[in-house]
Amino acid sequence: MRLTVDGLDITLGATPVLRDVVLDVSPGQIVGLVGPNGSGKSTLLRAVYRSLRPAAGVVEVGGRDVWRLSSRAAARHTAAVLQDGAGAGGLTVAETVALGRTPHHGVLGRDGEGDRRAVAEAMENCGIAPLADRDLSSLSGGERQRVLLARALAQAPELLVLDELTNHLDIRARFELLGLIRKTGVTTLAVLHDLDLAARFCDRLVVLHHGRAVAAGPVLDALTPRLLHEVFGVRARAERHPDGVIRITYEADPLAP
Amino acid sequence: MVLAIGIGAVNVPAGDVWTVLVHHATGRGAVDDIALDQIVWQFRTPRVVLAAVVGAGLAVAGAVLQTLVSNPLADPTVLGFSHGASLGAVLVITLGGAGLGGLGVSGAAFAGALLAGLLVFALGQRRGRLAPTRLVLAGVAVGYVLLSATSFVQLRATPTELRGVMFWMLGSVSGARWSQLPAVTAVVAIGTALLASFGRRLNALLAGDESATSLGVDVHRTRAVLLVVAALLTGTVIAVAGGIGFVGLMIPHLVRLALGADHRRLLPLSALLGAVYLVLVDLLSRTVDRPNELPLGILTALLGAPFFLWLLRRNKGLDAA
Ligand SMILES: Nc1ncnc2c1ncn2[C@@H]1O[C@H](COP(=O)(O)OP(=O)(O)OP(=O)(O)O)[C@@H](O)[C@H]1O
Ligand SMILES: [Mg+2]
Repeated sequence: MRLTVDGLDITLGATPVLRDVVLDVSPGQIVGLVGPNGSGKSTLLRAVYRSLRPAAGVVEVGGRDVWRLSSRAAARHTAAVLQDGAGAGGLTVAETVALGRTPHHGVLGRDGEGDRRAVAEAMENCGIAPLADRDLSSLSGGERQRVLLARALAQAPELLVLDELTNHLDIRARFELLGLIRKTGVTTLAVLHDLDLAARFCDRLVVLHHGRAVAAGPVLDALTPRLLHEVFGVRARAERHPDGVIRITYEADPLAP
Repeated sequence: MVLAIGIGAVNVPAGDVWTVLVHHATGRGAVDDIALDQIVWQFRTPRVVLAAVVGAGLAVAGAVLQTLVSNPLADPTVLGFSHGASLGAVLVITLGGAGLGGLGVSGAAFAGALLAGLLVFALGQRRGRLAPTRLVLAGVAVGYVLLSATSFVQLRATPTELRGVMFWMLGSVSGARWSQLPAVTAVVAIGTALLASFGRRLNALLAGDESATSLGVDVHRTRAVLLVVAALLTGTVIAVAGGIGFVGLMIPHLVRLALGADHRRLLPLSALLGAVYLVLVDLLSRTVDRPNELPLGILTALLGAPFFLWLLRRNKGLDAA
């Protein structure tokens, strides 16, 4: 499903956090949202999964303004993996993944065969089936990230928003989970701090800086040496290597002025 | 249940209890002994039913409040409801109903609990959203204010009034009458069903507010509705049975320890266990020191706490939760 963000303004307290942000994710694409700490990435995602109402601007998913939908209707097509962890509450892994089915049920809906299949499949894909009966609070950070991704996939979303999914994940798991998302083909907006991973997995990047979208486009167009210096404050280059993969090379002294 | 009805200051054999119950329920058979009929049908039966209803209501309200404010310590006392009820009851006991517009003790307790609930609700908001930590802090603060007001009123009470106050605050179902049961039972049944229908959304709340929102739960509205229903439920129960503590705290945790935190199981089972527990406690309250009766509030904690602590020791996994 297409995600369109247009003219988005968000103010928190007295601080304008996002200003006139424009962003577009075509169906099936993975778009990376990158930018330094505090640039407004998480805030932008909150407007997409309907947690923070923007002061101005529209967020449309599949051509429909998400702020005109009920939270439940919106959650039937948009799922999120967030930065704030999994909460604490004594649910098991399987019960947590099953939370993904919440928006698909009314007040009295019971879990059906479809629900069970969605939950089992998501756990299988994220490699957490053996952990099914473990208490969520007993998991390692990386295991928990997998559970949260499984919960989002069990939601059967048509748009996935990810806030630093790869946090806590070991190197292999990063490739595995991002590869898994690629394979599912679901439209994705992913906040990533690791520019190498972003360059490798994303079709396009949007760069946020002080609440503004300062660059957007294919990886090599967005991550120019000038932008890497001005926005991220490092001396580096993004290059396509002979094997077709785009990699970031940091200079000997990345902090050189 | 039949046994609980039979045992008391005067013991009645289970067979006789059964005969009386069947007689009143179906009109069949006959009861020759009028005193027996009185004891069983007019006093014991409503009392046991009330104990069950009160236990169920307190346990369900506690379970919901704990999730609502993301705090395992939450219960009607922590959120100030019980202190509001106490103040209302104490005012009527010492000043008489006239001063409060003719309210009885029950009415005043109910009003007090609801007013406390509304106050906590109003103070627990931040930018129009109910924040868990703020709710707990508001509840504790409001509770302390009401508690000092209650103490102040008590200081000026006569010894006889004080005894009445003490007895009320420690809770009892000995005043149970058939006439009050339908209303209380209906509120507890409807309240419990309503809260249970939020099972899925309560589960989502366990994942944190942001996650719950992304799962399609309107967090603010859900919290508001649940808080109001829980306050009504406890207000009703406390109004008829006084301040019975610890049930709302202990029973939900027992169920969680045994069967996990999924609210679709937790709420019905808490209701059931709460009902059984309070029937048993009430039974003990009128048998340990026959023919005197102990207030329920003393026994709920005295019996419950050691058992609860023992369970906690056995479940080391709880620390992480
Ligand atoms: N409630 C608030 N009141 C005022 N400012 C806030 C509030 N919440 C966030 N901010 C500010 O908004 C800015 C954007 O925050 P946001 O969480 O979107 O950053 P981010 O790009 O996700 O950063 P990170 O990479 O560290 O996760 C930050 O400067 C933050 O301090
Ligand atoms: Mg962030």
